[in-house]
Amino acid sequence: MTESRVLPTNYVTKPEDLKTSSGRTLRTDEMIINMGPQHPSTHGVLRLEIVVDGEIIVDVIPHIGYLHRCFEKHAEHMTNYQQVIPYVDRMDYVSSMNNDLGYALAVERMLKIEVPERVEYIRVIMAELQRIASHLIAVGTFGIDSGAFTPFLYAFRDREFILDLFEMTCGARLLYNYVWVGGVSHDLPPTFIDKAKEFCKYFKPRLVDFNNLLTFNEIFVKRNAKVGVLPREVAINYACSGPMLRASGVDWDLRRDDPYSVYHKLEWDVVVGKGEVGTAGDCWDRHIVRMREMEQSVRIIEQALDAIPEGNVQAAIPKRIRPDHSEVYVRTETPRGELGFYVVSDGTASPYRVKARAPAFVNLSVLPEISRGAMLADLVLIVGSVDIVLGEVDR
Amino acid sequence: MKAVATYFGNIFNSLYTVAVGMKITFKHLFVPAVTLQYPDVKLKMPERARNRLYVNIDDCIGCDQCALACPVDCISIDTIKSTPDQDLGVTSTGHKKRLHVPKFDIDIAKCCYCGLCVYPCPTECIVMTDVYEFSEFDRHNLIYKFSRMTEGEIGEAKTKLKKAEEEAAAKKAATAAAAAAQPKPEPPKTP
Amino acid sequence: MNPTLESLIITVLLSALPLVFILVYALVTLYLEMKVAAHIQDRVAYMRTGWHGVLQPFADILKLLQKEDTIPAAADRFLFILAPYIVFVGTYAAFAIIPFTDAYIGSNIHLGVFFLIGVSSLVVIGILMGGWASNNKWSIFGAIRSAAQMISYEIPTALAVLIVVMITGSLNLQEITKFQDGGIQNWILFGGPLPLLTKLLLLPFTLLTFLILFTASLAEVNRTPFDLPEAESELVQGFNTEYSGMRFAMFYLAEYANMFVVSAVAVALFLGGWSSPFGEFMSGPVWGAFWLIGKAMVFIFLQIWIRWTLPRLRVDQLMYTSWKVLMPFLFVCLFAVGLILVLTV
Repeated sequence: MTESRVLPTNYVTKPEDLKTSSGRTLRTDEMIINMGPQHPSTHGVLRLEIVVDGEIIVDVIPHIGYLHRCFEKHAEHMTNYQQVIPYVDRMDYVSSMNNDLGYALAVERMLKIEVPERVEYIRVIMAELQRIASHLIAVGTFGIDSGAFTPFLYAFRDREFILDLFEMTCGARLLYNYVWVGGVSHDLPPTFIDKAKEFCKYFKPRLVDFNNLLTFNEIFVKRNAKVGVLPREVAINYACSGPMLRASGVDWDLRRDDPYSVYHKLEWDVVVGKGEVGTAGDCWDRHIVRMREMEQSVRIIEQALDAIPEGNVQAAIPKRIRPDHSEVYVRTETPRGELGFYVVSDGTASPYRVKARAPAFVNLSVLPEISRGAMLADLVLIVGSVDIVLGEVDR
Repeated sequence: MKAVATYFGNIFNSLYTVAVGMKITFKHLFVPAVTLQYPDVKLKMPERARNRLYVNIDDCIGCDQCALACPVDCISIDTIKSTPDQDLGVTSTGHKKRLHVPKFDIDIAKCCYCGLCVYPCPTECIVMTDVYEFSEFDRHNLIYKFSRMTEGEIGEAKTKLKKAEEEAAAKKAATAAAAAAQPKPEPPKTP
Repeated sequence: MNPTLESLIITVLLSALPLVFILVYALVTLYLEMKVAAHIQDRVAYMRTGWHGVLQPFADILKLLQKEDTIPAAADRFLFILAPYIVFVGTYAAFAIIPFTDAYIGSNIHLGVFFLIGVSSLVVIGILMGGWASNNKWSIFGAIRSAAQMISYEIPTALAVLIVVMITGSLNLQEITKFQDGGIQNWILFGGPLPLLTKLLLLPFTLLTFLILFTASLAEVNRTPFDLPEAESELVQGFNTEYSGMRFAMFYLAEYANMFVVSAVAVALFLGGWSSPFGEFMSGPVWGAFWLIGKAMVFIFLQIWIRWTLPRLRVDQLMYTSWKVLMPFLFVCLFAVGLILVLTV
């Protein structure tokens, strides 16, 4: 756990080591500085109370709740289960499709209904496209945090293609209300498959360019190597998930280890961080895991586009959803990690309790652990590499 | 010796990757811009675009399904039952209209553009258009009132309904009184 | 008229000439920076104010002029108000020794670049003042980082200048430029107007020194990758945070003027200053100004290009670069150049 120190070992750290010429110990004091709710790089309304000793961080206390919108309470007052889906969209607003998917899978498991295979393939394609879009935001804003303003715009240019694909299908660009309980709201338009294949072909060289511009740039590497190291055991103990966990060397991906939908029929690799330029679990590892996951998502999409069968996407949508008195917990792999929905039903048409286990909330809790001993400039990078979305942290 | 090798390796690596990065950005200097000069040039919306709501009030049968389906309760509908002698007509999809709709308000500021109101409508009178430029200066202008009934028409419909209810209540009272005047049948004897 | 009064008026007018130049140049560079940044990022910047946005810098300046002048209640008023002017004075004083043409130089003193290196330390004092007087923890961070950065990068700058001074034998920039007159082969970047053997021996060292001078000058002007003092993503503008309106415009103007100063000095030292690369063709007093400003603008373009490509260095990496990378190489160059000059000239 002391691996997060980034300074050479002969650095004077204890105040009692600093002595004046007359032998008196120099009195130093720590400063409490506030990286407030409004800040160019806290990725939303997050307040970080930082206790610094010069530039070295002694403690970080995150204060959240600035974006709390009582989503779970709202869900209890909806008249039926389908109405909760727009609320679920707005939790993690940069990866809506994955949120919809998690909730829809939870309710479907409670109702014990099977969806047509075409629906499963469409859901996987949408989820993976959304994963690429979300990771593009993550790596783009990570570049801005480290001072490179240009990769962000290149990332957003590529994201526009994905959003155009989504707009063609369901009409919205950010919050889709697309994956419903029992199916999807619209079938794919006729030009979707060609456009999606075109996107995959266009995107692969752009990833290479992005890597050359940002990821393998020596300045970027030196900024991120050995910074914010999250050791394996700490990651597992804090229940981190998603790219954070995989970057620390833990080979765990819910799409492969607890499969849902049609992921078991598709072939792709799970990207694990190995500490190529520093220690395993540092900020660079998290970044490269996200970049490589985008490549793997493109692989999944291409396979799914070729294998998609015909069918009626609205066939299994139930007219009235009235599950019996039961509860279910279903987890899916979103771009941020393990999103879990714990849905409790009391036999009526509206849910009794919907609890969302938000991955960004859990991942954020590890921030004090990994940033002790880092410098203030590193804290910004560490927060950026955790990839939080405050909508999910606060719900 | 290894330290010296890493030192020079780092310096060479820095210069090389900086040069690679600069080459990429230099190439991008000559890529034409990907942005549009809005508002002179506007993007074409796809056909399934989900933007501002529109209600064709002539087709509305007042079933309240859209208001029930809305997750944020932005649609408020009032209806007045019509008496059998009134003929409200038929919608374009063939449904017979039986309810006056004096109030059909959509607070478009609350609307979350989920489209859940569009699916349950039996006559497909509420649709999502592709209009996205509808900002207003005053928040109250964002409450869209779709009903076209005037005050006089609403008053007329209400009085007609009240009269019909009173007549029905009077008729019911009369039949109840007539039934009470008849002798009661014997209750069955318990064994 | 009294001859001393006449000469005083002429002196004042001549020394105000760079001020006019700075104002015009700042507008042009503002526009250039935004447009180059936009095209690198696949977009177009200003298009609506004037044809392709040429009037936008005027609009920006007008906006800054009419902004409310806020001074935080707990700030140190005197230092807060004084800081931007000290930064600007430090930058403007450097314009005195830049030879715009062979007929005009602000002040033809023998000290030349020595004066430049001394006076550009005023900028450090101004930034420290600005950061401290803002009474804001983030500003103090920015100011302290900036002070450390600028002090550590003055040494590579001075050493690089020293190498050129060894070759030319004069501190006066006008003399150095005259030394390189006659065409592109006489530029110190390519070895100077010395015999061929000396040129070939000096060539790698002058190239390396130029590269190091360019890097150190990037750090002197607080540009990415060395823009930690005003790191937008971390420190909300650093020492600039509490400044608004005209004072902010002063800091901004000083930054752009500084960019020109370091570019022009690098050009005058290594690339021949106002002398034409073609020798006699296109040379003269007016052409001289064109060549100096043109070459300096090429380097300003290079600075802008680098800013929008690279991420920024952290404070300790910055220090490492200066003390452990730039200076050892410069000492080697100094030693080698001295040896070559002694042995072959």
